This record gives sequence, structure tokens and C-alpha cells, in this order.
Amino acid sequence: MGLEELVPDGILTTTVEKMVNWARRSSLWPATFGLACCAIEMMATSAARYDLARFGAEVFRASPRQADLMIVAGRVSKKMAPVLKRIYDQMPEPKWVISMGACASCGGIFNNYAIVQGVDTVVPVDVYVPGCPPRPEALIYGIMKLQEKIDRAPLKGPDPAPMSEPPAPPPPKASSASA
Amino acid sequence: MAIATSPEFKTITINMGPQHPSTHGVLRLVIELDGETVVSLKPVIGYLHTGMEKSMESKTYHKSITVTDRIDYLSPLGNNMAYVAAVEKLMNLTIPERAQVIRVILLELTRISSHLVWLGTHAIDLGAMSVFLYCFREREKLLDVNDMVAGSRLTPSYFRVGGFFQDVPDTFVPHVRKFLEEFPKALGEYQNLLTKNRIWMKRTIGVGVLGAEQAIDLCLTGPALRGSGVRYDVRKAKPYSGYETYDFEVPTGRNGDVYDRYLCRIEEMKQSLSIVRQGLDRLKPGTVRADNPYLFPADRTDVKLNMEELIYHFKIMSEGYRPPIGDAYFSVESPKGELGFYVVSDGSPIPLRTRVRPPSLINLQALADMCIGRMVADVVACIGSIDIVLGEVDR
Repeated sequence: MGLEELVPDGILTTTVEKMVNWARRSSLWPATFGLACCAIEMMATSAARYDLARFGAEVFRASPRQADLMIVAGRVSKKMAPVLKRIYDQMPEPKWVISMGACASCGGIFNNYAIVQGVDTVVPVDVYVPGCPPRPEALIYGIMKLQEKIDRAPLKGPDPAPMSEPPAPPPPKASSASA
Repeated sequence: MAIATSPEFKTITINMGPQHPSTHGVLRLVIELDGETVVSLKPVIGYLHTGMEKSMESKTYHKSITVTDRIDYLSPLGNNMAYVAAVEKLMNLTIPERAQVIRVILLELTRISSHLVWLGTHAIDLGAMSVFLYCFREREKLLDVNDMVAGSRLTPSYFRVGGFFQDVPDTFVPHVRKFLEEFPKALGEYQNLLTKNRIWMKRTIGVGVLGAEQAIDLCLTGPALRGSGVRYDVRKAKPYSGYETYDFEVPTGRNGDVYDRYLCRIEEMKQSLSIVRQGLDRLKPGTVRADNPYLFPADRTDVKLNMEELIYHFKIMSEGYRPPIGDAYFSVESPKGELGFYVVSDGSPIPLRTRVRPPSLINLQALADMCIGRMVADVVACIGSIDIVLGEVDR
């Protein structure tokens, strides 16, 4: 491998934060959540030519409880949105969301009564991938961008991503805020 | 899966979907089980309802072509064909020979690529993982064709009312010829993996049986109907784009089970290869645009030099064309079955009404008849064998 020469004594020093982030970014498990056209490109990304396994993200899990990445691949209808939210809530923390394609990001060409105009009105989105549908290279780039984001995440303290829950109400204090 | 027991505690009702790996999208099935036997099955649809027909009523005829791509996203060019042919029928256009031949070639390649997705996902549902990877390896070559002619892999929107906007590039014919050489070998690989595979045969033979009369009563079309032994194919019954001049067979099954539908689709891919080969042989140079000044803008250099052409260009780009008042229905044989478009024109550049006859929605009706009385594991095999696309079911 050649890696042994770099660590001759078999010891490597790092921070817990870096190690944890390295582990999280290197094994993103997406939930099998194909909605529409983009799902076919998502399948193509995991298949032979584009081989998502190179990025450690090929293990598509059918159960949201085993997944930590939700790729919203396709248009989200108003009937599907509560289901999507529920699946997101079932995923264990830490979890990330990629909004794949124009429809999931902003409604795309379907600006009508049936389609949710952007999945970020339902769940918090970390990475938006444009395209209709995005090419597999674009999805892979989106996953790499997400990996960069995970690398920057502090172990403690607020996540750089917007949180799923709305901000907690301020503690009941007697003194009214001057701001 | 949510589980609810009935008051008598005899049957349980389970909820399969809308997020389930084997429902090919966001189909939800409410299944009532007695032990593991299906007592009743009810598909609940609408989780991908996009309001496409309504969207098309607010777009010009030309812009609606992009919407049709996203109805059945596994065979976008098949949808393009049905739609543009309906509008062409409305406008009474004659399509040049070369455009017709290129259309047939692309439609058959799209049929193969749609069947490859079906085969891969159907095999995954029944436990054969590797077939999926092999199918997508071949499918990528077909997506390259889309990429080559239209610049987009999955949603090319390549067909235009009146032919094509541009001719195919020079690399098209060699690429397709190379595919024709390679694909029979790959098809043999899939069949080696599945056709005589004992697990595959046990999961599919005698499962989801539909008789010929029952299939006709349910209005099934496509391989779901032909698997039951009914020889009906729109390409033969109501030929379009010159299909009557091609020599091909319509494969049918005998028993109407999942295995026969599988064999039908495999055989269809072979027939499609033969049609593509015949199409390439008769491809002659020529124009790909119908002779109608309102459909296609003038050449770019003319637009820059002449006032007349500039005005035409502006009118076509901003307003579009106006078909005469009337209505037209046109159906094609999409990989799923008979796909029809019904377009009503009131003489304006925007259709008054567009209606789709989606084969997936109508074929989905047969699911309950296939599954009732069988094990719950067979439901997955039956869903795969009727080859539904939820985008087309819900639209």
C-alpha cells in the first residue's frame, strides 16, 4: 500500500474531530429515495460506469433508520411531502440532505398546483445539485461537496448546516430584551 | 410498513410504500394478508402527481415537448413521438423520409434502454444483483446516443413537430453500428444469468398468471398483454413513422405469467435490434425538417442579414405556431404499451386540452388480479413484470 512507510511506528496522531469527520464522510449511506426522473440518474451513478462506491456512498439502504444521507431525487408532490418529512425524521443523526435536480431544488419546470416549490420548504438541504436531471458527474460532485462540508463540521457546537428543528424558543426570562 | 390488524384478528393489513425499494417509485399498496397470502390488494396512487396535463395547457405546443420527456422518463423519446405525432396529425404535416427513419432508430434504441432498466430493477427485486450492473453498463451506451444527438442523457426532447431541429451528428451511425455489434453478446449474458436460473424460474413461472381474455378485459397493452398470448402491437395495428415497411416479429407468450412477460421483453429487444439495423441501412442523406415556414426558424446567417427572416425568427420564438382548430389522437407503442396523446386546439399557440393515455396506469389495474391468492413475496415479482413507471401513472 505504501501507507505503512508514512507511519513507520504504526502510530498516527490526529484529533478526535478529524477522525470522526473522516469516518462520517467516507461512508455516507444514502436512503433509497427515488421519486422521479432523477432517481434513474441516481441509479446510473451507483451502477457500473460511474461507480459511486469510489466515494463510499454506494450502500443504498431501504430503511431510513440505516441511512444518513437523503438524496431527494425528483419532484416532490404535495401528497409526497409529509411522507418525505416523516422519512427524514426517521433517519438517525447526524444526517444530510442532497436536493438533486431542479424540481427538488425549486420546483423546476413544474410551477403548478401539485408540486412543492423546493424541498427546502420541507427538510433542511445541505447541497443543491442543479440540472434536469443532473448528470451522474454532477451528483458525484454534489456528494464531494457534502464531504467537504462534513470535514468542516465541529464535533461539538452548532452544526454548519441549518438544523432540522426550528430554533428553540428563548428561555422564559423576566427581563424583556432590549434588542 | 405500517401494520394494522382487523377486528377479527384474522387478517392483517400492511402498507407497502410509498417509500419501498421494490415499488419502482412511489407506489403505495394497501395489502390485506391472511398469514402470508394476499387477500386483497389496492394500489394508492398520486404520490408523484405533477399536474403535467395542466402544465401543458399553459405552454405552447413547442414547450410542451419538454414536459412529455418527464412523463415516462425511461422512454423519453417514445413520449416525444406520441406527442409530436398528435400535433403533426392536427397540422396535417408530411415528415421527410430521413426524419422518419431516424425516429424509428431512436425509438427502438429507447425501447431497448427502457427494457434494460426494467430488467435490471426486476432482477434486483427478485434477488439477482449483478444483472442490474450489466444492464446499466449497456444502457450507458444508449444514453450516449441521446447525449450525442440532443446534448442530454435522460431527457433529450429531441423530436420536434415537423421532424427534427438538427440532423444527427456524423458520429451517430458508427456509434449505433458498434452498439448493434456488442449488444447481442450482452443480451446473451443476461439470459445466461436468468433464463435457466433455477431460482429465477421458481420465482417467476406460474406467478401472476393472467389469461388472454382477462388481459383484454383489463385493457392491458404492451408486453403485459402480449405475455398472455394476444398479438397486439400498435406498430403493426396502426403503423406510424413507416413501421409498416420494416420486417419484425411481435413476440407473444403462452402462459401469461411473469416468466413469459420476461421472455417477451427479451425477445422484443432482439426485434428492436433488427429494426435499428434495417433503419441504418436505409438511412439516406436529406432534410429532417418538414416543409413549413412556421415551424422552424431560418438559418442563422439569414436571420442576421434579412429583415424578413428576423421577423419570422422572432414570431416563431416568441409565439410559436398555431395549429388549426380541431382535435387529434395519436398512439404509439411505447415500451410499456399503447401510449396515446389527445390534443385539442382552439387555433391559438397554446393547446386547449392535452390528455395522455398512459399505459402504466392502465396496466397497473391488473396487479390485484395477479396477486390475490398468492404469497406476499410474489407481489414484488408481479409489480416488476408489468413494468410501471410512476411518473406515467400519476403524471
